[in-house]
Amino acid sequence: MLSNAILQVGLFIGLVTVISVPLGLYMARVFADQGTFLDPVLKPVERAVYRLCGVDPEVEMEWPQYAIAMLLFSLVGMLALYGFERLQQLLPLNPQHLGPLAPDLAFNTAASFTTNTNWQAYAGETTMSYLTQMMGLAYHNFVSAATGIAVAIAVIRGFVRRTSRTIGNFWVDLTRAILWVLMPLCVVLALLLVWQGVPQNFNPYVHAKTLEGGIQVIAEGPVASQEIIKELGTNGGGFFNANSAHPYENPTPLTDLIELVAIFAIGAALTHTFGRMAGDWRQGAALYVVMTILFLAGASTAIWAEQHGNPNFTKMGISQTATATQSGGNMEGKEVRFGIVDSALWATVTTDTSCGAVNSMHDSYTPLGGFIPLLNMQIGEIIFGGVGSGLFGMLVMAVLSVFIAGLMVGRTPEYLGKKIEAREMKLAMLYVLIFPAVILLPAGIAIVTKAGLAGITNPGPHGFSQVLYAFSEAGANNGSAFAGLNANTPFYNWTLASSMLLGRFMMMIPALAMAGSLAGKKAVPPSAGTFPTNGSAFVILLIGVILIVAALTFFPADALGPIVEHFAMLNGKLY
Amino acid sequence: MAYPSERKPTPLWEPNIVRRAVIDAFAKLDPRVQARNPVMFVVEVTAAAVTGILAQNFLSARAAPLGFELQIALWLWFTVVFANFAEAMAEGRGKAQADNLRKTRTETQATLLRDGHEISVPATSLRRNDVVIVRAGDIIPGDGEVVEGVAAVNEAAVTGESAPVIRESGGDRSAVTGGTIVISDWIKVKITANPGETFLDRMISLVEGAQRQKTPNEIALSILLAGLTIIFMLVCVSLYPFGLYAHTPLSLPVEVSLLVCLIPTTIGGLLSAIGIAGMDRLVQHNVLAMSGRAVEAAGDVDTLLLDKTGTITLGNRMATEFIALPGIAPQELADAAQLASLADETPEGRSIVVLSKNQYNLRGRELAQKDAEFIPFSAQTRMSGVNINGRRIRKGATDMVTRFVVEAGGTVPPELTAIVERIARTGGTPLMVADGGRALGVIHLKDVIKEGIKERFARLRAMGLKTVMITGDNPLTAAAIASESGVDDFRAEATPETKLRLIREEQAEGKLVAMIGDGTNDAPALAQADVGIAMNAGTQAAREAGNMIDLDSNPTKIMEVVEIGKQLLITRGALTTFSIANDVAKYFAIIPAMFVLGYPELQALNIMHLATPQSAILSAVIFNALIIVALIPLALRGVAYRPLGAAAILTRNLLIYGLGGVIVPFIGIKLIDLAVTALHLV
Repeated sequence: MLSNAILQVGLFIGLVTVISVPLGLYMARVFADQGTFLDPVLKPVERAVYRLCGVDPEVEMEWPQYAIAMLLFSLVGMLALYGFERLQQLLPLNPQHLGPLAPDLAFNTAASFTTNTNWQAYAGETTMSYLTQMMGLAYHNFVSAATGIAVAIAVIRGFVRRTSRTIGNFWVDLTRAILWVLMPLCVVLALLLVWQGVPQNFNPYVHAKTLEGGIQVIAEGPVASQEIIKELGTNGGGFFNANSAHPYENPTPLTDLIELVAIFAIGAALTHTFGRMAGDWRQGAALYVVMTILFLAGASTAIWAEQHGNPNFTKMGISQTATATQSGGNMEGKEVRFGIVDSALWATVTTDTSCGAVNSMHDSYTPLGGFIPLLNMQIGEIIFGGVGSGLFGMLVMAVLSVFIAGLMVGRTPEYLGKKIEAREMKLAMLYVLIFPAVILLPAGIAIVTKAGLAGITNPGPHGFSQVLYAFSEAGANNGSAFAGLNANTPFYNWTLASSMLLGRFMMMIPALAMAGSLAGKKAVPPSAGTFPTNGSAFVILLIGVILIVAALTFFPADALGPIVEHFAMLNGKLY
Repeated sequence: MAYPSERKPTPLWEPNIVRRAVIDAFAKLDPRVQARNPVMFVVEVTAAAVTGILAQNFLSARAAPLGFELQIALWLWFTVVFANFAEAMAEGRGKAQADNLRKTRTETQATLLRDGHEISVPATSLRRNDVVIVRAGDIIPGDGEVVEGVAAVNEAAVTGESAPVIRESGGDRSAVTGGTIVISDWIKVKITANPGETFLDRMISLVEGAQRQKTPNEIALSILLAGLTIIFMLVCVSLYPFGLYAHTPLSLPVEVSLLVCLIPTTIGGLLSAIGIAGMDRLVQHNVLAMSGRAVEAAGDVDTLLLDKTGTITLGNRMATEFIALPGIAPQELADAAQLASLADETPEGRSIVVLSKNQYNLRGRELAQKDAEFIPFSAQTRMSGVNINGRRIRKGATDMVTRFVVEAGGTVPPELTAIVERIARTGGTPLMVADGGRALGVIHLKDVIKEGIKERFARLRAMGLKTVMITGDNPLTAAAIASESGVDDFRAEATPETKLRLIREEQAEGKLVAMIGDGTNDAPALAQADVGIAMNAGTQAAREAGNMIDLDSNPTKIMEVVEIGKQLLITRGALTTFSIANDVAKYFAIIPAMFVLGYPELQALNIMHLATPQSAILSAVIFNALIIVALIPLALRGVAYRPLGAAAILTRNLLIYGLGGVIVPFIGIKLIDLAVTALHLV
């Protein structure tokens, strides 16, 4: 069991490490326009896009312009999706003649896809026309991920530039993120998935006769391409309802590994992009190490909890130990093809990032096993994180750490030679304040109002966990479902949508503002007296600050959910 | 390290200061005072709210858990009072010093010169540009510039140093301070400050902290603390509905206890005390900072500009060696050199007399005979000497003395050039000696590096500071001194503008520069530097351009100033880290206690095995209040500073204040819980 876990987790994080370095350096070249091997193909396309949209790629933006461009772009995309949802009965590509979505559900879904959350409060097949699906999934899966990357790059520029007013051009960053990063990776990886048996076609559904004589309808479609952007862009909205537990989304151990690596790939690579742009690879590597340690801690806890299973069964004489023929542990809600280790690994990976794709059902985890995904989201999706948002979230935490402990070296805190002063602190605090506000306050309302309580399907602390999980995934833009909560009600649709929007844009704006402020500063060359942000002391400090500032904010709430469930389970009480 | 010029530090728990601080601590409960500190303001508001509820319960005779709630309320008030006490202690130490200064500002009569007449007027009526005459035994009536005369002045009132100093018109020693006493001769002083704006007045208000404004770093830190306070308010507010769902309605005192324990009260309560104490430590080193901003900047300094003379070297070149030319006895050279120097009152001249005495046992002779004619040094001849008994002895610049020898019909042996070059190469100054037509040899004059300066530079280097020596010497000499003293960089043949230019260059790279200066021509550079320390003995212009004044006029003081600045920032960072790390233990104390009624399983989180929910909450609140008192000495004295690299300091302080901050409250809360239980407080 242990060797199995070490092998799987080790192989996975090893692959991520090997892939993220060249990918990160490649991205650094892409966004600095230093020339890549894809330029001969993509440059003409890029030029055509700019000509079509009237963008002058040479003109750089100050942070307010950058933020406004990003917000307007997202708003238009969101309104368009809302329009498609509300008017789909009048639009083509609706063979099932599906009616318009209710305003609250349409708004929730539009917010969900625009914010890279991909929370789905509906069943796709019976709600959305093909056109809506394409607008929702295909379009937003790419552009919401690209928006995240663009903002991350702009924030990095702010940190590394000196006495500069501008932090880049949003339209250029967006275009390059799609053309140079997302598209090529999707093509290559989708082909790998197809090779492994993931369907990529427009065939009609297959009607098969089962052994019992019944008819089974087997859905097909352009699965492979949707699948890979779902992971690569940390979107998480599956083609099938069972998401990556479905054999057509995830047929083999190899596809499972590819998909897992794809979830971490860009988030991990961006740390190296940061290191390269900062001119010191160790700066990026330090963040990478912090993320990896937090990931390993979460993964090992979740795997241990799931493999350990429920002690009450052991008392009843039921063996939960792993054998050659038996996975042991808690297999409820897990696919037997993947088993305990891989499922718990997925649960950790998908919540470390803002992906939310699942290959097992988190609601069925042991209390502690289900606590890890919750905690990962509450830490703020900065363990590799959402593409882009993970990196700038981690940078904000780094600024905070430098400020809290940096004084201890006897200098005004500096990060990359930039002095951290009142303005940066204001923005950092705004950033870390918004997050618990959009999770704890609405959860507090939901847990005492009729409309909120109506959605809860389990008694006691597990019911509370459902609500807390829902607002945590919304605020963190994760979109993974704990399941159980009846969330397709006006109350939850509106409140969760608000959490998603605020949790995305109200955090991006302070991050960009901080970048703008830092970009204008001079950088003090490092000396022996400078706080080193690329060494092991900083790594430990950053982890400590993340755990104390981010995680402890949610500790009282978690104590009433998964933590009390865990101790109740040990006492033989289940919810 | 010993600071020779240090004022006697006030003992930490001076009874007078403590007494006044206790009274002030209660006076500061005024909400208008607390509103300036968001963290403590929240504590005060919640303390008032709990007290209000308590009073209401008392009136409605629902006094069931009165003991517990009353104690919570009391400890919340104590938390605020303790923080006030810390600030009052820091201010009190300054006030005690201010009182001492006030004693010296006695009512003085001044002798005003108007239209050539002397009029006696009260010192308080003097205005800027008035000219007064001050004679031996008089107190100088106000700050000013000496315009005529020279006098010895006792400045003990300002510097605490009783040895008199010379003040004279012109030059760099012309500023005088009101309240100091002329002890010999007389001077005419042009007053430069109106009453109430004098140096002494400024000094009093500075040490009292009357005009204290938050420094940039303090503002940023306050924002962090306010932000954390809001986050924990969110946590506590949302916990109320969560508690309702868990069938555990939370009472206000319990909610407030959690909030007050989580918000960073430790650093919030000690923040201003740390700042005031930092200024106070500077005053103890006889340095006055014109603003807290300057003290903070001192910790950030990247580059130190140091004058060679007085800072790195003793200030005077000393004779270290007699090098006789071939065929000349060294004894003869030394004898001639001594004769030529007997009337030379410069330090260089005296050092030659001393050296010849030490090396060749030549006693200084009394030459007040009629036949001895002394030739003083002049810029034209660039040599000096004596005509005695028909001998014409000269010492001076090699080229001039060579010409003197040739003119007297002698020749200069070729070996001379080699000797002169060797001395110049090592940074020394060659002084050639001749007796009429006979070239005798060369005296090696050398800059003497101050003892221990090399170690200090190593210390500064370890702190990450670059030192740059500024000197008017030629590059060869400068390089030799630089390498001997261990300074990082040097500028030779520097003019006053060199300093200004160098400061601007360094600042353009984003570095912060500190310098020390005294003369009027230093003023622009002092104003441009991020930390400009003016020597008290310097000119008025320099004193106004700098943002710190060194009352001892000791050029090496700059290094202590940097260390005090760093110590201030380290103390702030250490207590911030400690305060935040403390939250971990408090969670484990309070959360299980809060919800154990609804969810008995949470007892498992009570890893400290605190006796009862009420004792747990009370113990956490008591710990939270007492830790402020316990840390007052640290806040006032500052965290010990060691000149290590940042990485080493960080690791060390993270262990002490980060890890320590996690562990200490577990032990502290447990101990308090044992006491609370033993005393049956709940």
